Amino acid sequence: MSQVVTPTATVPGARTPRRDIGLKKRYAAERRFRAYGIAALSFGLIFLFVLLWSVVSKGYTAFQQTGVTLAVEFSEKIIDPQNQRASNPQVLLTANYPVLARNALANALGVAQNDRAKQKELGQMLSDGVRSQLRDMVVADPSIIGKTKTVTLLAAGDIDSAFKGQINLSVPQENRKVSDQQVGWMNKLAEAGALAKHFNTGIFFNGASSRPEAAGVGVALIGSFYMMLIVLVLSLPIGVAASIYLEEFAPKNRFTDLIEVNINNLAAVPSIVYGLLGLAVFINFMGLPRSASLVGGFVLTLMTLPTIIIATRAALKAVPPSIRAAALGLGASKMQTIFHHVLPLAMPGILTGTIIGLAHALGETAPLLLIGMVAFVANFPTTPMDPSTALPVQIYMWANEAERAFVERTSGAIIILLLFLIVMNVGAILLRRRFERRW
Amino acid sequence: MNMMTEAAVEKALDQRMNDLSYKMIGKDVSVYYGEKRALFDVNLNVRQNTVTALIGPSGCGKSTFLRTLNRMNDTIDNCRVTGRITLDGDDIYDPSIDVVELRARVGMVFQKPNPFPKSIYENISYGPRIHGLARSKADMDQIVEASLQRAGLWNEVKDRLQESGTGLSGGQQQRLCIARAIAVSPEVILMDEPCSALDPIATAKVEELIHELRSNYTIVIVTHSMQQAARVSQRTAMFHLGQLVEENDTDKMFTNPDDQRTQDYIMGRFG
Repeated sequence: MSQVVTPTATVPGARTPRRDIGLKKRYAAERRFRAYGIAALSFGLIFLFVLLWSVVSKGYTAFQQTGVTLAVEFSEKIIDPQNQRASNPQVLLTANYPVLARNALANALGVAQNDRAKQKELGQMLSDGVRSQLRDMVVADPSIIGKTKTVTLLAAGDIDSAFKGQINLSVPQENRKVSDQQVGWMNKLAEAGALAKHFNTGIFFNGASSRPEAAGVGVALIGSFYMMLIVLVLSLPIGVAASIYLEEFAPKNRFTDLIEVNINNLAAVPSIVYGLLGLAVFINFMGLPRSASLVGGFVLTLMTLPTIIIATRAALKAVPPSIRAAALGLGASKMQTIFHHVLPLAMPGILTGTIIGLAHALGETAPLLLIGMVAFVANFPTTPMDPSTALPVQIYMWANEAERAFVERTSGAIIILLLFLIVMNVGAILLRRRFERRW
Repeated sequence: MNMMTEAAVEKALDQRMNDLSYKMIGKDVSVYYGEKRALFDVNLNVRQNTVTALIGPSGCGKSTFLRTLNRMNDTIDNCRVTGRITLDGDDIYDPSIDVVELRARVGMVFQKPNPFPKSIYENISYGPRIHGLARSKADMDQIVEASLQRAGLWNEVKDRLQESGTGLSGGQQQRLCIARAIAVSPEVILMDEPCSALDPIATAKVEELIHELRSNYTIVIVTHSMQQAARVSQRTAMFHLGQLVEENDTDKMFTNPDDQRTQDYIMGRFG
């Protein structure tokens, strides 16, 4: 027992063992690993850049819109030839307003009134939207009848595309949508300063339209807003309550293990399955209306819940047990410990998880297709029960349209969606910074 | 005959349980973690206004015993406690005893300083607030000041009560935790190796504090440092492998223990 064991390395005369075996190899491995990392990162960045560049370069023109500024004569002869407007206000609604706009254009270009073919081509240069634009002006103020006013009218989608240089004018006239005559007029108007590009507020506020120049994401924005509101209001309390119960109160047994496994699995279920579920439960069984953002919100809530529960449980787990022990040791009840100490510390994680879940829901398309939100909705929804669309669905629908002007609008809508996502993610980061505490 | 003896023993024990010089009495305390038994029939009494030190090698059950005294073991899922522990004669595991009230009477200071990541003021005021000890803001201010005074921290932090408690040094944090425990006016304070994460100077301050607190509180302290046990305690209990080896006056324990194992442990032969 009292024998002293001598370590062999310290035997006098023995050579110190080499310590540098494989050292070079180890460093080389480390350098290689770093190179792989940088390569992977650059690869990702390149793709991100290509994606953003392609979207922005295609889409930025959607935020500009060609308009024609003309002196429009609100001629009584055309609006109200029989002078009935005092007795029959309907007249003002059904008057032939496009003719007013066409005449104004003909005046500006010096086209004769009786040249029917040219008149027709002239009419095609203006959007059909001028009808409602001029009508709204007259209905708002009938006293302008008989006067001449300078109005900026929406150019037709094809003229808009041609003016932005998106239509190849070198191909034969028969193979494109704008005639040489129209191009000539367009250039003449542009030289005179009447035809110009303006900031396109319509893309934010207009509803669906088959005419690209009048189409906008307004209805989709409202639908997405309602859905996000519903998702937030439903999934945050339900998700947080479920996580707190599972993490802090529920006994750890086979049943809770099963629940945990299932929640993790639900997070990985393809979203279109949630759409089918929503269709079966909310529309077919509960009888809620189709295309309504209420149903969309419910479906997206189901989809977001697992994400929020997983994030919240991770955040709760990350709170050091010493904080719980401190509160319990002071005589705080379990409930007080959780709500006074654990939850505030888990808040940054919960909020980040929630916002990421929301952002995910905002960009979700597939489940909405199944509950009928792929629809042509021109009327603005006033309540979540009204038909509406959603931003990603609007993008999907525009991507299916043929006109050149819808291509830029598709990318424009993607830019709008990306902006919202960026705002939400920045919000998540700011919230996390704001609430993060040291312990 | 045998029955008589048992009855007599029981009676004697009951008398002892009502003896007020014993603040807490543990009788045949056993603790199980699932199948594993961590404590074997420990009989240990804690005297009023005395510092009782629990010593022993790692894993001997001293912290487990400490945690049974304010039922902190309740928070561990598969933990089971048998036997009887009384506080002023009342069984603390009796269903009629509220664990929240018990923990207000038997406070705890942990191994690692664990202030809440809130202001110093909020750290102290949290306990009194949840127990409704202060009627007004002035009351609360007074409790906070008195607790910090008693923990010897007031002069160091009085100008920065609104700063975070986690910004203090390790020793200050531990004294803040002691002040926090004092703020709810407990009768007993349990300390689980309160100095193991502190440097010698901070340790000296905490030891001095323990010494001062003795006049008002009953203190049970778990420590790995034999010197610390000798310095701060009047009674010492030695645990080994889940059993109470010996409990005695600290002076006797460190000079002439009754049990050979205590002797060996104190001399550093094992553990």
